[in-house]
Amino acid sequence: MNYVKLLVLSIVILFAAMGINFARDLAYQVHATLILFIAAGMFIWVLRRTDEPVVQVDSNGYMDGVVRAGVIATGFWGVVGFLVGVIIALQLAFPVLNLDWAQPFANFGRLRPLHTSAVIFAFGGNALIMSSFYIVQRTCGARLWGGNLSWFVFWGYNLFIVLAATGYLLGATQSKEYAEPEWYIDIWLTIVWVAFLVVFMGTIFTRRERHIYVANWFLLSFIVTVAMLHVVNNLSIPVSFWGSKSVQVFAGVQDAMTQWWYGHNAVGFFLTAGFLGMMYYFVPKQAGRPVFSYKLSIIHFWALIFLYIWAGPHHLHYTALPDWAATLGMVFSIILWMPSWGGMINGLMTLQGAWDKLRTDPIIRMMVVSLAFYGMSTFEGPMMSIRAVNSLSHYTDWTIGHVHSGALGWNGMITFGALYFLTPKLWGRTAMYSMSAINWHFWLATIGIVLYASSMWVSGIMEGLMWREVDAQGFLVNSFADTVTAKFPMYVVRALGGVMYLTGALIMVWNMWMTIRGGQKVAAPVGIPAE
Amino acid sequence: MDTYSFLRELADSWVLLALTCFFIGTIVWSFRPGSRKTHEDTADIPFRNETIPTPPEQEDGK
Repeated sequence: MNYVKLLVLSIVILFAAMGINFARDLAYQVHATLILFIAAGMFIWVLRRTDEPVVQVDSNGYMDGVVRAGVIATGFWGVVGFLVGVIIALQLAFPVLNLDWAQPFANFGRLRPLHTSAVIFAFGGNALIMSSFYIVQRTCGARLWGGNLSWFVFWGYNLFIVLAATGYLLGATQSKEYAEPEWYIDIWLTIVWVAFLVVFMGTIFTRRERHIYVANWFLLSFIVTVAMLHVVNNLSIPVSFWGSKSVQVFAGVQDAMTQWWYGHNAVGFFLTAGFLGMMYYFVPKQAGRPVFSYKLSIIHFWALIFLYIWAGPHHLHYTALPDWAATLGMVFSIILWMPSWGGMINGLMTLQGAWDKLRTDPIIRMMVVSLAFYGMSTFEGPMMSIRAVNSLSHYTDWTIGHVHSGALGWNGMITFGALYFLTPKLWGRTAMYSMSAINWHFWLATIGIVLYASSMWVSGIMEGLMWREVDAQGFLVNSFADTVTAKFPMYVVRALGGVMYLTGALIMVWNMWMTIRGGQKVAAPVGIPAE
Repeated sequence: MDTYSFLRELADSWVLLALTCFFIGTIVWSFRPGSRKTHEDTADIPFRNETIPTPPEQEDGK
């Protein structure tokens, strides 16, 4: 087996070395170098273990090592993603921060996809992968299937992130929002994702519980749908095997429709279904009571799955897309409001009889705020998908405000809750190192989101109204630059909100660090009434 | 009939009907008699098997 590995690795090294030599662009060359070093390191690692006695691993308990690695990766990428977000927020407010000496690598255009991918795919993706590994083992009563395959998923996924991120900075992008990585990175992600699916399905097949808990349904739908979306939206033909540039198979409005079918379902199945899987496990666990209504959770699941997939065309109002398609997207987006709120109510009502925990347990408070933001953004979204509202909101900062109330509020807060839940459990501590630090994180993050969302609402609606303002003769009153000037104060407030959110995350990482190091200085007041 | 028109017509009629029936069926099925007990048991899954997998001889997990 080791000989096969060595052979494969040496072929990879050979091709990487050829790639460095033949590379047609800088991004490809850097990536080939990176892969050369990783493969060479792995080659030496495997070689040193060849013909040595194999160390037996205890395979009776749960496989938590990969979950621990995922927890650390989630914290790390979260800070990186938020930091880049703060930088680009400041660049928008103060364009001089597009530093001359750092061009073209650190301009807004290249940092922006770095930010979105870092928070969605690096922070969110690692959170999803590690919590699906944790949840599927506990709710199936079975060890993770496939041995070290889950480690391959973890490292493979993080390699994908590093390749994507460095690619953006070096100018390799296929210019599809949330699907920017170029063809070879897409192929690599497909391989990793199929391995993820195999591990997850394998564990479900070997489960000891009779029923599949609802969280696993959501997580499975997330894995399957993201695979389908990713493959179809990234159908492209590379210009050269030795270059990063590729050409999309679809063109024109078909390409736009495919992109937003992908784009909206990335929100629907990555940021919603996947995180709902986390919600349906961690909220009942932290509240110490089963989910409010299991029936409602089943209906929530099927309604969400059936409706979300059609909502994409609402991104293409007033474009070359046929009206019937845009209307279809709009109608389904509005119907989607109902299952979303059904899920929110289900999560919130799980606390029925345990509402007092809100006072004493900052972790449950984070989860409740996260559900509140889920409810808010799933109301705001359908409203913005209505054609008339969209004519005002589209292309303005309102959209950015909406996305962030969902991403920071819903995805961020539920992930923080999950990290605070998992860190002490996985490292065998009784509780987090500092409860007051969690409180600080909670308030910093919440106030940060409120500042962010409200400044973007004001800025977006103002901008939308300014763009359409006409005088008595029918001439436009404002030039584009007028709106940019008018938005300055809101941009500063937005950056401030981002700084607060980032500070909260840094406090969390410190708290996690101290918990893992074994510090136990502050006793946990969780579950003990105040006063 | 070309492939596109055929698929369009199929999607607008039989597939739409089948998907709608499936969707309504899942809701009806979740309200079937006797589902309450099953659902209560399933909703309790997160509170079992916290630290170790279920041993093979003890399938109910409690």
